[in-house]
Amino acid sequence: MARPDRTPLLELRGIRKRFGAVQALYDVDFEVYAGEVVGLVGDNGAGKSSLIKAVAGIYATDSGEVHFEGRQVTIGGPNDTARLGISTVYQDLALCDNLDVVANLFLGREVVRPVIPGLVAALDEVTMEQRAIQVLRDLSVQIPSVRTPIASLSGGQRQSVAVARSVMWNSKVVLLDEPTAALGVAQTRQVLDLIKRLRAQGLGVVVISHNLADVFEVCDRIVVLRLGRRAGNFDARAASREQIVAAITGAEFGTPAPAGAA
Amino acid sequence: MSAIAGDPRLIADRPGLAGTLEGVWRRVSQGEIGSLPVVAALILIAIVFQSLNPNFLTPRNLTNLVLQIAAMGTISVGVVLVLLLGEIDLSVGAVSGLCAAVMAVLNVKAGLPGALAVGVGVLAGAGIGFLQGVWITRFRVPSFVVTLAGLLGWQGLLLWVLGDTGTVNLTDPAITNLAGIFLGPRLGWFVGLAAVAVFLASLSRARRRRVAAGLGVGTTGALVARIVLVGGGILLAIAVLDAGRGVPLAMLILLGFVVAFDWVTTRTGWGRHVFAVGGNAEAARRAGVAVDRVRVLVFTLSATLAACGGILAASRLLAVNQSSGSGDVVLNAIAAAVIGGTSLFGGRGTIWSALLGALVIGSISNGMDLLALASSVKFMITGGVLLAAVTIDAVSRRGRQAAGRA
Repeated sequence: MARPDRTPLLELRGIRKRFGAVQALYDVDFEVYAGEVVGLVGDNGAGKSSLIKAVAGIYATDSGEVHFEGRQVTIGGPNDTARLGISTVYQDLALCDNLDVVANLFLGREVVRPVIPGLVAALDEVTMEQRAIQVLRDLSVQIPSVRTPIASLSGGQRQSVAVARSVMWNSKVVLLDEPTAALGVAQTRQVLDLIKRLRAQGLGVVVISHNLADVFEVCDRIVVLRLGRRAGNFDARAASREQIVAAITGAEFGTPAPAGAA
Repeated sequence: MSAIAGDPRLIADRPGLAGTLEGVWRRVSQGEIGSLPVVAALILIAIVFQSLNPNFLTPRNLTNLVLQIAAMGTISVGVVLVLLLGEIDLSVGAVSGLCAAVMAVLNVKAGLPGALAVGVGVLAGAGIGFLQGVWITRFRVPSFVVTLAGLLGWQGLLLWVLGDTGTVNLTDPAITNLAGIFLGPRLGWFVGLAAVAVFLASLSRARRRRVAAGLGVGTTGALVARIVLVGGGILLAIAVLDAGRGVPLAMLILLGFVVAFDWVTTRTGWGRHVFAVGGNAEAARRAGVAVDRVRVLVFTLSATLAACGGILAASRLLAVNQSSGSGDVVLNAIAAAVIGGTSLFGGRGTIWSALLGALVIGSISNGMDLLALASSVKFMITGGVLLAAVTIDAVSRRGRQAAGRA
């Protein structure tokens, strides 16, 4: 839910982005508070991915301001967002199937210990394994063993590992792109529970999803994008499914949504 | 085991020897075959050739075998690195010949001291590999094409370097000793026992650290089996070689490369990155791995090891000629890596497969020589073995996928 009395963790003001003849984002405002899960919904081409990619630093925006913890910041690339504590989990998860869970959690940030100081360093597998177990336990992620290769895990477990990796490096805001797409019932439950635990730990979570049932279950607030503009900002507990669908499709409030539009 | 929360679906090995064997069988049947087929193949090859010709398993012939595979195995170590990336290096044969020629010409015609000539030859390999690696990463030309061009180009350069004489004979002991000297019994046993001691120390140290950190360790049975196999293997090899001419220096050079690069690939962050790039380059890039730098270094190392292999081959032949590094050198080196169990599809394999695969190819070739088989038969049989090895790789990959482990 929106809490105007507090400073948002991440706040975007008047974001514009244009691709050739297409105005993908037009004066979009967006904010997420600490300990809040925001659903970002909209039809295909509404600008969800463009907005996420702008925050993640993949695209430079044409205009607009980004504030992080009340300070104005410039995002020039993915490294800037990582330094601020914003992490993104894309739909393809970006895990290495041939490596085990520990190796994936620490990929690119391996813990090493010197063998010949200053010259040769070896992987500190013991420390990494301990920390991996700790992180997964904190998030109650169920995995047979942290030494299992990613290839052996279920879709929900993979999503959980990807999320765990994104939050284990002091992240404050996590952007999840379609985290429950292509997951079964039990696996979706796993991931939704994980999102709730992230909220309980005080993170700001942004969930892009087409699945309104999931959005209503896990989100505090729902922001609707339509044709590159913010078409609505709803308190998830007060809003009805019809209202959201109407905002997504552009129908008048109160009129029934066209069949199959969700 | 380090299960986070007891997952009832997780199959754990039962304690005891029977449980360990059961676990091994389950993993094998799911396609996690490791180096099992290649070890089985080696035993089979030994039995077949020994029954056809009793000279096969004599210390004298085994010493010959070791000398025959030293160059191939060394080149193959570099090929394994490239295959782990999911790339290919077809230029290793030509590079091995060219770098040996550079060394030979510098030593014999320019009068450079042997050790220095060897060093320049190795550096030439590094330079060539760096060039190819940069070309592949900068222009995004497939490694297959760049190194195929290298195969032709470096062979041409070899002919040019050798000049009109065509053959350069090597006499400098600094070069010929590389494949020509043997450790006496005392030194041989010292090296062997030291290796066993280091192996035991590192095993027990790793185990102590894991226990101290409260992490799971493997079963005692598996540990004992490993110690017996590795330690026993080392001591048996030395005993056999000592009954011949002693432990060849060339074998120690090959084993040194294998052990060093096995350590680098499995125990360092850089090695982890090689596997990551081979498994999912895009994921590695997003995780902050300098993918292009990893690739360039791997191609540099591949050509450097090819140079080392070429120099070992020249040292054994006591000459470099126009056919050095040509013919089946590159194919054998790649075949050895694949037969040893390194996947052509990237991200899966170990450096040890270079040694094991070279042993398979070397012993088949050696055994067929003992039987005085015609070249025609030799080529066909080696081709069949390679096809079988790649088929095992492809089929076990499917098995892993079926078991959800690919």
